[in-house]
Amino acid sequence: MSGTNTSPTHHTSTIGAIGAPSRRNTELALLAFAVVIPVFAYANVGLAINDSVPPGLLSYGLGLGLLAGVGHLAVRKFAPYADPLMLPLATLLNGLGLVVIWRLDQSKKLQASNTFVEAAPRQLLYSAMGVALLVAVLIFLKDHRVLQRYTYISMAGALFLLVLPLVPGVGADIYGAKIWIKIPGLGTLQPGEFAKIALAVFFAGYLMVKRDALALASRRFMGLYLPRGRDLGPILVVWVISILILVFETDLGTSLLFFGMFVIMLYVATERTSWIVFGLLMSAVGAVGVASFEPHIQTRVQAWLDPMREYQLSRAAVNDGVVHSEQAMQALWAFGSGGTLGTGLGQGNSDLIGFAANSDFILATFGEELGLAGVMAILLLYGLIVERGVRTALAARDPFGKLLAIGLSGAFALQVFVVAGGVMGLIPLTGMTLPFVAYGGSSVIANWALIGILLRISDTARRPAPAPAGNPDAEMTQVVRP
Amino acid sequence: MNKPLRRIAVFCGLLVLALLIRDNWIQYVKADELRTNKENRRVTIERYASPRGDIIVGGQPITGSTETSGSDFKFKRTYKDGPMWAPVTGYASQAFGATQLESIEDGILTGNDDRLFFRNTLDMLTGKKQEGGNVVTTLNAAAQKAAYNGLKKQGGKGAVVALEPSTGKILALASYPSYDPSSFAGNSTTTDTEAWQKLQKKNNPDDPMLNRALRETYPPGSTFKVVTAAAALEDGLYTDPNEKTDSPDPWVMEGTNTKLPNEGNIPCKNATLRVALQYSCNTVFGKIGSDLGNDKMLDMAKKFGFTEEQFTPVRANASVFSDNMNASQTALSSIGQFNTAATPLQMAMVASAVANDGKLMKPYMVDELQARSVDTLEKNDPEELSQPLSSENAQKLQSMMETVVEKGTGSNAKIPGVTVGGKTGTAQHGVDNSENPYAWFISYAKDSDGSAPVAVAVVIEDDNAVRDDISGGGLAAPIARNVMEAVIKSKQ
Repeated sequence: MSGTNTSPTHHTSTIGAIGAPSRRNTELALLAFAVVIPVFAYANVGLAINDSVPPGLLSYGLGLGLLAGVGHLAVRKFAPYADPLMLPLATLLNGLGLVVIWRLDQSKKLQASNTFVEAAPRQLLYSAMGVALLVAVLIFLKDHRVLQRYTYISMAGALFLLVLPLVPGVGADIYGAKIWIKIPGLGTLQPGEFAKIALAVFFAGYLMVKRDALALASRRFMGLYLPRGRDLGPILVVWVISILILVFETDLGTSLLFFGMFVIMLYVATERTSWIVFGLLMSAVGAVGVASFEPHIQTRVQAWLDPMREYQLSRAAVNDGVVHSEQAMQALWAFGSGGTLGTGLGQGNSDLIGFAANSDFILATFGEELGLAGVMAILLLYGLIVERGVRTALAARDPFGKLLAIGLSGAFALQVFVVAGGVMGLIPLTGMTLPFVAYGGSSVIANWALIGILLRISDTARRPAPAPAGNPDAEMTQVVRP
Repeated sequence: MNKPLRRIAVFCGLLVLALLIRDNWIQYVKADELRTNKENRRVTIERYASPRGDIIVGGQPITGSTETSGSDFKFKRTYKDGPMWAPVTGYASQAFGATQLESIEDGILTGNDDRLFFRNTLDMLTGKKQEGGNVVTTLNAAAQKAAYNGLKKQGGKGAVVALEPSTGKILALASYPSYDPSSFAGNSTTTDTEAWQKLQKKNNPDDPMLNRALRETYPPGSTFKVVTAAAALEDGLYTDPNEKTDSPDPWVMEGTNTKLPNEGNIPCKNATLRVALQYSCNTVFGKIGSDLGNDKMLDMAKKFGFTEEQFTPVRANASVFSDNMNASQTALSSIGQFNTAATPLQMAMVASAVANDGKLMKPYMVDELQARSVDTLEKNDPEELSQPLSSENAQKLQSMMETVVEKGTGSNAKIPGVTVGGKTGTAQHGVDNSENPYAWFISYAKDSDGSAPVAVAVVIEDDNAVRDDISGGGLAAPIARNVMEAVIKSKQ
């Protein structure tokens, strides 16, 4: 939260430092740690499970190192003034995620499941694709303001991606939530992860144009600025879309994420607190309304309020029309059994969670094996990424960049909160993945792209202003003679 | 736009803070509760992760561990002579949890007890696998065998408890019918679950998994007259066992028109305490109870351990002697009828206190907890629970109980060359005594130096026996004799 520092002497960094150092070497040093730490963790898992250093250690270390190196070189070349922390943070999280996914691959219990596939090699491939996308973003997106041109195309694209899982034959219903699509030969894809970025672009472009109308044309009522009826249109449309996602895809997390992102961006664009109040009211009404008739959501809420009862219903195989899951309780036990310092990597029993142990529930494995200390560290790493994102928004010189950066970081923060809060029983569980750490191609690739865009915005923001090229007027006066 | 941006930054910070607080809540504040939750499979996984320590009787383990495959439980519990020792060990089943010693001393047996922390840390540093410690019991294998075989030969349901009066050590703890805890120690859904189901009370009317020695209370019948006699001596109502008592026969209970009957034609009119105990006169002891009153009787019963659960450390049910009774109810209670009910352990405690010159020792079955390399972690010392009667009165009561065996109803318990004191009991139960009575026998044996190495209580509920055959002297006394003999022999 250092970005919120209100001391006037600290404002220089937010105004765009002229002639600021590029900090590329800092990034390189941090990246070395971000590669070495997961390599040690990987060796640790192998020693704990098989009493030997895992044979893949070298290739894994080289793989992760290569990804980090390619990312770093691309940044050095194409975005030299980009934020130096984001790439190392994302690499570290990605690397630790790979280690834990590999660790869960070694579980006999999960191997016995008929849906078992070795996830770690795939995740490494996805990570490579993600970094490739990051590089592509840095190369081809010379200036983030270009995206502004694609405001409405982004909207169409986002809507298309969101509707895709509902198309018969393409969508896949996995344990109640319909947020996946099947790609023959490749597996499943969560289009929502990509829609998140497209929507951020759309909101930023749209709000930049409309912000004055939304902010100024309003009436004051009880201390709140009430927007005009027709200005309510956009927020209503987004709200309705979120509700539709909730109803048809039964996914509370995605719904909450999109609506939350919009409200954050709307608030930043208009500087009107009333939008926050409206947003909160509308999301409460929407969530409660849908929960009143959607059994899948009701089950999730019940599992949140009383995970023990849900566990027992699941154990007793009660058949009352809804799927009861013991996972919420199993996740809590995993956290509790980890305690302060954890059991050590490879020595816990988080595989008891079963299905989705390496994706939606991966934080529980961190909790059990690295303990309170490890989870707090992971949460702080996420906090740092968000902080760098917000700082980028503060530093950005154009409103579109500000809005896009805050939208992406806000969505990132909300996603971490919704997933981690769900797994830890703070809020009802939703089917979303922890960025970079959880197993899942869409999530990893989309989040690397997100980091790419943030790097681009921060590069633009921190890039020194071009040196004043003399005074053209002075020369002109010299040319013109009487 | 920077002001709202800063506020959003604060908001994101709050989200992370909320997650951090929640994480501290579940991984620190609630961690132990979650970690040790019975439903948490990790508890069981850990319990069977390494070979479990053993429960030891007389230097020999009565349990074992065997490696299994195909499950996340690495080792499985095994038992030697399972049915005989089940009332002592309880069970430790991968599928059905653990009870009794297996549950109470789980920390030592798995090696997770805090007292083993230092050793475990050392082991971790030296790369040794963690191993469980041993639980050394006070039991006597020969006595247990005599008790279990006696019950088995009898065929009916029943229980035996033997104590060492001077220390309170439990020497035998048998219940019949019993079960083999090995039969469901694993977690196979076929064999183990089937064996478990067969043993459940709803599928098996004999309820073999009930530990009758500690968890079942029976009306103690005439064996309770020992307590009544103790109360009479302590109160000073009668001071000499050979003094005539003021006992009409027939005796009409105070406040009623009901005559309290005696069993058969026995010389109970104004009988001395010695004669009354020898023939088991209901009239004499009923009247003593009535004369002393509810409070004094309850007081004495409590001193012997009634109305309180005993922890050996396995819990024994509280035995019952009622409060707020009128004179006739007190009279009936004082001959072990009405609401009076006792566990076999409780009646063994009565015999033990008398034999130990009036001092009641706390009964216990865990002598020592040992770490792997036979280091003692904890040694239990004998502990005095109460002194229900003075040593002088205890000796008077001993001489009366010895007469019972010498010339009275308990003659089946005689052991050549050994002084034995005892008391029979035949308790009625059921509506209008419609069901078969319980046969009781409590006794102790004395060495030549006057100290008593063993006190026993035997109870038999025999649905199949002919009603007249059931008398403590006939069914229960021979088992008590065998147990006492086994203890005396093992001492030599």
